[in-house]
Amino acid sequence: MNAMTKSIFFRTFAIVALLIANLAHAQIRVEIAGVGANRIPIAIAAFGDESIAPSQISAIVKADLGRSGYFRIIDTGNVMTENTPINYADWKSRGANAIVVGSVSRLPGGHFDVKYRLFDTVKETQLSSMALSSQPQFIRVAGHKIADDIYLKLLGIPGAFATRIAYVTKAGREYHLEIADSDGEGVQVALRSNEPIISPSWSPDGTKVAYVSFENKKPVVYVQDLVTRKRTVVANFKGSNSAPAWSPDGSRLAVALSRSGLTQMYMVNADGSNLRRLTSSAGIDTEPQFSADGQTIYFTSDRSGGPQIYKMSAAGGEARRVTFNGTYNISPRISPDGKSLAYISRRDGKFQLYLLDLTNGQEIRLSDTGRDESPSFSPNGKYLMYATSDGGRGTLAVVSVDGSVRQRLSIRAGDIQEPKWGPFMK
Amino acid sequence: MRTLTSVFVLSSAMLLAACSSTKLDDKAPVVDRSASGAGADARSVGTVNANSDPLNDPQGVLAKRSVYFDYDSYSVKGEYQPILENHAKYLQSHKDRKIIIQGNTDERGGAEYNLALGQKRAEAVRKSMSLLGVSDSQMEAVSLGKEKPKAEGHDEAAWAENRRADIVY
Repeated sequence: MNAMTKSIFFRTFAIVALLIANLAHAQIRVEIAGVGANRIPIAIAAFGDESIAPSQISAIVKADLGRSGYFRIIDTGNVMTENTPINYADWKSRGANAIVVGSVSRLPGGHFDVKYRLFDTVKETQLSSMALSSQPQFIRVAGHKIADDIYLKLLGIPGAFATRIAYVTKAGREYHLEIADSDGEGVQVALRSNEPIISPSWSPDGTKVAYVSFENKKPVVYVQDLVTRKRTVVANFKGSNSAPAWSPDGSRLAVALSRSGLTQMYMVNADGSNLRRLTSSAGIDTEPQFSADGQTIYFTSDRSGGPQIYKMSAAGGEARRVTFNGTYNISPRISPDGKSLAYISRRDGKFQLYLLDLTNGQEIRLSDTGRDESPSFSPNGKYLMYATSDGGRGTLAVVSVDGSVRQRLSIRAGDIQEPKWGPFMK
Repeated sequence: MRTLTSVFVLSSAMLLAACSSTKLDDKAPVVDRSASGAGADARSVGTVNANSDPLNDPQGVLAKRSVYFDYDSYSVKGEYQPILENHAKYLQSHKDRKIIIQGNTDERGGAEYNLALGQKRAEAVRKSMSLLGVSDSQMEAVSLGKEKPKAEGHDEAAWAENRRADIVY
């Protein structure tokens, strides 16, 4: 599918590009609604023999880097393999700061061998090269891994293209928990239900998802192994069971239970054993989130009257309040580096995504919509995915943490909500 | 002897004179009994099913199973006490029956926080029922949060309909 890009430079970084994913293949439509200022111009060649594989590697790399908002794609117009000599002056004059070349070949046994090189046209050196062996059904992952490597070598931060997202769709009376690649391709249904599903949470190794299902006419926490489809009930105590959050070592989950009357936080092993209580406050305590080092839990509590975000040691003990602006702050998400906190705040009746710099207390608003929910950091900490409403329908949005890059993800029929960005995987 | 007989004759005549009978008169008013009035209702007969459950009677007091809440409110208003009393009485006389009390919120706000707020509404109803003598083993308070709205609109009328706790048998 051809991508049509039209760049208009506004005073700041209001460059709007519309990239419509191939509707015949992708069930999620991704639109780019904003890109960064100072994008790196990069030439990406067609890879040698890439048509022998089920998906074209160069197309995946172009789409990933274009969607990231930090690259401006320059077509080379022809095939260049890892052996093609590079005319640096030529590419510099064409405006490219970097160039990507490669090839695909078939290995005995059915695997594909993907080779790639990345060159800096200004320094006139090779920046990176990789050889990947891939089964046919995972050829897209190979493309994403190349894009991740380019992102890392040119921006200094690991790319998150070879990751997956979990989300819930609702169409009529049917709810799905679905897993897709971060570009919206490869949608797979993990759970079908006639009752709501909320709060998906990825295990640290990306093979399991915890979630809350209402199939028993009450909220119950399940853990589902995505590969084997095996489900474990992690929490079905008297009352409501919800808000699962995996510890970074994958051994336990923090949950919110109403078994004592008011909703409070507890810890439970991933198999549902060894329940212990974490908080005993006079208000609602819910939405626990572990910091990446597993030491701290951020959570929502209305112990002071209205919902605010607090933090406490994962080992238990006193909680300290973290948010002080506004009367309603919920859904805390701590960044992978622990330095920023994303959350939803209600101001003037609008529910919007905010980001708090924990090192200096500066708060910025990251959205212009009014019904934002459930933010989720990409595992490289560069983007936030969240649920929002577009013309009455539930859609997902992605924004970079500096506010410049924006994308919208929607499905053709029904609502898409409750997004959760998956972890880095091997 | 003749005096006694004449007394009898005299008293009989007096008795006979005291009895009277209404002569059939064509002009006497005829009361129409076919018209509806107090007289007709007194003749109707309602059926009582000795073995049916009052729970299944759509006209019965147990048919009302919802308690509605004001915005940002989590306590049961006085006007709903009679509903809870009816269900409490039923549960006390039917110890084998259990209820699940499902609390709901309107659509505004986050899913998990609203789940906890809906729980507060269910819990408020559960507490009231407990004070009315219902055993804990017969009740469970749970929340549906904002996930299962009864009214799908985005206005105050829909929101008011969804700020609700339901008693479910």
